[in-house]
Amino acid sequence: MKKTFLPLNDLPIGKKAKVKLLACNGPVRRRMLDLGMIADTEVEALQKSPSGDPVAYGIRGAVIALRSEEASKILVEANVL
Amino acid sequence: MGLTSNQAGRCVFAGKTTISRSNNAGCKVIALAGNPNVGKSTVFNSLTGLKQHTGNWPGKTVSNAEGRYKHKDKTFIMVDLPGTYSLMANSMEEEAARDFLCFGKPDCVVIVTDSTCLERNLNLVLQIIEITGKVVVCVNLIDEAKRKKIKINCSVLSKCLGVPVIPTNARSGWGLMELMDAVYDVSGDVAAVAPVNISYDEVIENAIAMIQPKIYSLIGNKINSRWAALRLLDSDDTFIKVLENYLDFELSDNAQLLEAIKAAKEYLAKNDICPERLHDMIVSRLVQTAESISNAAVIYENKHYSRTDKRIDNVLTSRLFGIPIMLCFLAIIFWITIVGANLPSRLISDFLFAIEDKLTDISMSAGLPKWLYAVTVQGIYRTLAWVVSVMLPPMAIFFPLFTLLEDVGYLPRIAFNLDNFFKKACAHGKQALTMCMGFGCNAVGVIGCRIIDSPRERLIAILTNVFVPCNGRFPTLIAVSAIFIGGRFGGAFASFASTLALTAVVLFGILMTLLISYILSKTILKGLPSSFALELPPYRKPLIGRIIVRSVFDRILFVLGRAAIVAAPAGLVIWIMANITIAGTSLLAFAANFIDPFGKLLGMDGYILMAFILGLPANEIVIPIIIMSYMSAGSMLEIESLEDLRQLLISNGWTWLTGVCVMLFSLMHFPCGTTLWTIKKETRSAGWTLAAFAIPTAAGIILCTAVAGIARLLGLA
Repeated sequence: MKKTFLPLNDLPIGKKAKVKLLACNGPVRRRMLDLGMIADTEVEALQKSPSGDPVAYGIRGAVIALRSEEASKILVEANVL
Repeated sequence: MGLTSNQAGRCVFAGKTTISRSNNAGCKVIALAGNPNVGKSTVFNSLTGLKQHTGNWPGKTVSNAEGRYKHKDKTFIMVDLPGTYSLMANSMEEEAARDFLCFGKPDCVVIVTDSTCLERNLNLVLQIIEITGKVVVCVNLIDEAKRKKIKINCSVLSKCLGVPVIPTNARSGWGLMELMDAVYDVSGDVAAVAPVNISYDEVIENAIAMIQPKIYSLIGNKINSRWAALRLLDSDDTFIKVLENYLDFELSDNAQLLEAIKAAKEYLAKNDICPERLHDMIVSRLVQTAESISNAAVIYENKHYSRTDKRIDNVLTSRLFGIPIMLCFLAIIFWITIVGANLPSRLISDFLFAIEDKLTDISMSAGLPKWLYAVTVQGIYRTLAWVVSVMLPPMAIFFPLFTLLEDVGYLPRIAFNLDNFFKKACAHGKQALTMCMGFGCNAVGVIGCRIIDSPRERLIAILTNVFVPCNGRFPTLIAVSAIFIGGRFGGAFASFASTLALTAVVLFGILMTLLISYILSKTILKGLPSSFALELPPYRKPLIGRIIVRSVFDRILFVLGRAAIVAAPAGLVIWIMANITIAGTSLLAFAANFIDPFGKLLGMDGYILMAFILGLPANEIVIPIIIMSYMSAGSMLEIESLEDLRQLLISNGWTWLTGVCVMLFSLMHFPCGTTLWTIKKETRSAGWTLAAFAIPTAAGIILCTAVAGIARLLGLA
C-alpha cells in the first residue's frame, strides 16, 4: 500500500480518499468548504453519471455530485495498492 | 413542480427582513431555517396550514413565505427562510437568510435538520447559534433514521449545543406538539438557553477582542457583537454596508472602528493568517465542532446504512440504464395518464352536459331572454364544462404520479443524469431541476430559477423554461396525440402509439431547451458554466395517502380554479365573437379568416391560431376554444367522446399534419400570461420578458412552417 496524491476526479469509483488541498479560490472554495471539505475529510467516489461526468461523492454522510472542473481542483490522498 | 398560490407569488417577500410589529403586537416571530431538503416546508405546512409545496429535492423554498399558528395563549408568525447549507453569504439566498436571522430579530429560530445526515446539518446550526442563542433544533425525518438504524441521542445533542433539541417526524406530525412547546418556552424566555460557544485559534480570538468592544459600544445588543466582529474580519468591507443599511447609522464614518478593523487585520497578517486562510480556519473549526458533536450524539448501528440508496443509484444513474430508465418512467406516467383519463373524461362530460340540458330546460321554463341563455349556458357554461372534462382526468392522474417520483427523490437524479448535456450547452446543472419544475407550471419553474446563482445562467434557465410542457398543455398534447397518432393505429396499439408520441414531444422539448440554451450562451448571454454542487438526497419512502391529498388540494383544485376563472370570461368572449356578425360573417370567422393563411403556413388554420392567441391567459383553454369555435361555426352541437371530437376536427379539415403542428406549436409558443408576468417580476426587465415571448414563438413558427412545408412538398399531407 502506497499513499499517493491525486485530483479528486481521478479517484476510482468505490475508493475512499482524504482531502488534502483545495486548489481553488473565491466562491468555489467557499462552496466546497460549506460542504464540509476541510483538510483530512474522507470522501468516497460513489457513482458516475451516465455520461461519466458529473460524479457523485460521499462527503460527511451526504451525496454530492461535482463536475470534473470542480473535482479536479480538490487534491486528495488515497491508498493505492 | 409545486403550483400553489404561494409560489405563484402572493405571499412572497424575498428580501424583506422585518415583519411589521405594530400590526402584530403580542405575536412572536419565528424564523424557520435549515439545509435544503430536510422537510422544512413540511414543518411549516404542518404548523401553519399553509400550502407551501414540498418535494424531495434541494432548494424547494425559493422565496420566504410566512404563516401563522396559535399555540396555548400566543400567536406565532412563522417565516420560512430559504434552505441553505451555510450563512457565509455565497448566494442571494444565504444573504437573505442571514439578514433575516441577524436583523429581522426573530423571537426564536427553529432549525430543521435531517437526522440521517446530522453532521452536515450541524454546520448551519452552529453558524446560527453564533448569531442568536434563541434556537430550537428540530431533528426531523426521525423515522428515516430509524429505518437506517441511526440512533440520535437528543439529550446529549441538546447538552452539546446548549439549546433544546426536539426529534420530529413532520410528515406524520409526530413530535410537533413538543416542538411548539419548546418554541413557546424559548421565545417567551421561559426556558434558559446556554448556547455553545465556538472558540477559535488564539490569534483569531485576539483579533476578535480588538474590535468586539468597539462594535458593542456602537450598537449595544442590537446584534451579537462577537459575531459581527468575526464577519468584519472574515468578509470584505461590504459587510459594513450591510450593517449600516439595517442598523441605520454611519459606521464607515467611525474612524475608531475602521482603525480597529485595520489593526486587527494587520495583526492577523503578521501571524501568517491571510483572509483566505482565516476563512478556512473559521469554517474548519465549525466543521470540526459539528463532527465532534455528531460523534458524541449519533450512533450508526448499521455501518452500511446508505447501502440500499447506493444500490438504487447504481441502477438508476448507471451508464447503461440511467437514461433509458428515465425515459421509461416518463413514458409509463404518460401511458397511465392516457389510458386512465379516457373513461373518467367521458363520464364527466356526460354528467356536465346532462346538467346543461337541465339548465336549458330551467331557463326555458323560467322564460329567460334568449340572448342571456345563450351567453351564460352556451357561452360560459359550455366552455367551463369543456375545460373541466378535458383537464381534470389527466391532471388527477398525472399529478399524483409525478409527485410520487418527486417525493421519492428521483428528480435530482434526473438532473444528475442530464447534467453533462447542460454543461455542453454552457448552462447550469440546476437548470435540469428548474426544467422539471416547469412540467408542473412554467411560472413556478421560472421562480425556481432563483436556485441558480449566476445571473447569466439564471436568465438562460428562465428564457428556456417554457420549452417543457406544463400541465396546462399536457391535456392538449394528450388529446391530440390520442386522436391523430393513437387513432391511426387503433386497438391495443393506440395508447402505446400516443404514449410514444407524447414522450417524443417532451424529449424534443428538452432537446430544444438545450439547443436554445446553447445558442443563447454563444450569442447574447456569452459565458462559461459556473461551478455547482448538486446534492442527491437520500431516497425516502413515499406516503401515498399524503401524495394524493396534496395533489388534489395543492395542485389540481388550484390549477382547475385558475383555468375556470380564465375559461369563463374566455367563453363569453368567444360566444360574443361567434355571434356578432358583420355583413354576414361572425367576428370570430372574420378574425380567423384573416389569419388563416398564416395558420395554413404553419400547418394549422386560423381558428387554431386564434385559440392559441386567446389562450394567452391560460393554455388550458386552447382545446376548448378550438372546439367552441368549430361548433359555433355550426357543424355539430354535442360532443360525447374522443371519437366525436375526432369527427369534429376531421370535418374541419384536420389531418395528421395538423395534429403534429398543433403539438409542436403547443410545445413552442409564447408563455402564458402568468408566466410572462412572473418573468417580468423575476428579471425586472421588459426586454428579457419580450425575449421570453419571442424566442419560443419564433422557434415554433420556424419549426411548424418547416414541418408543414416539407410534408406538403413530399406529398405526405
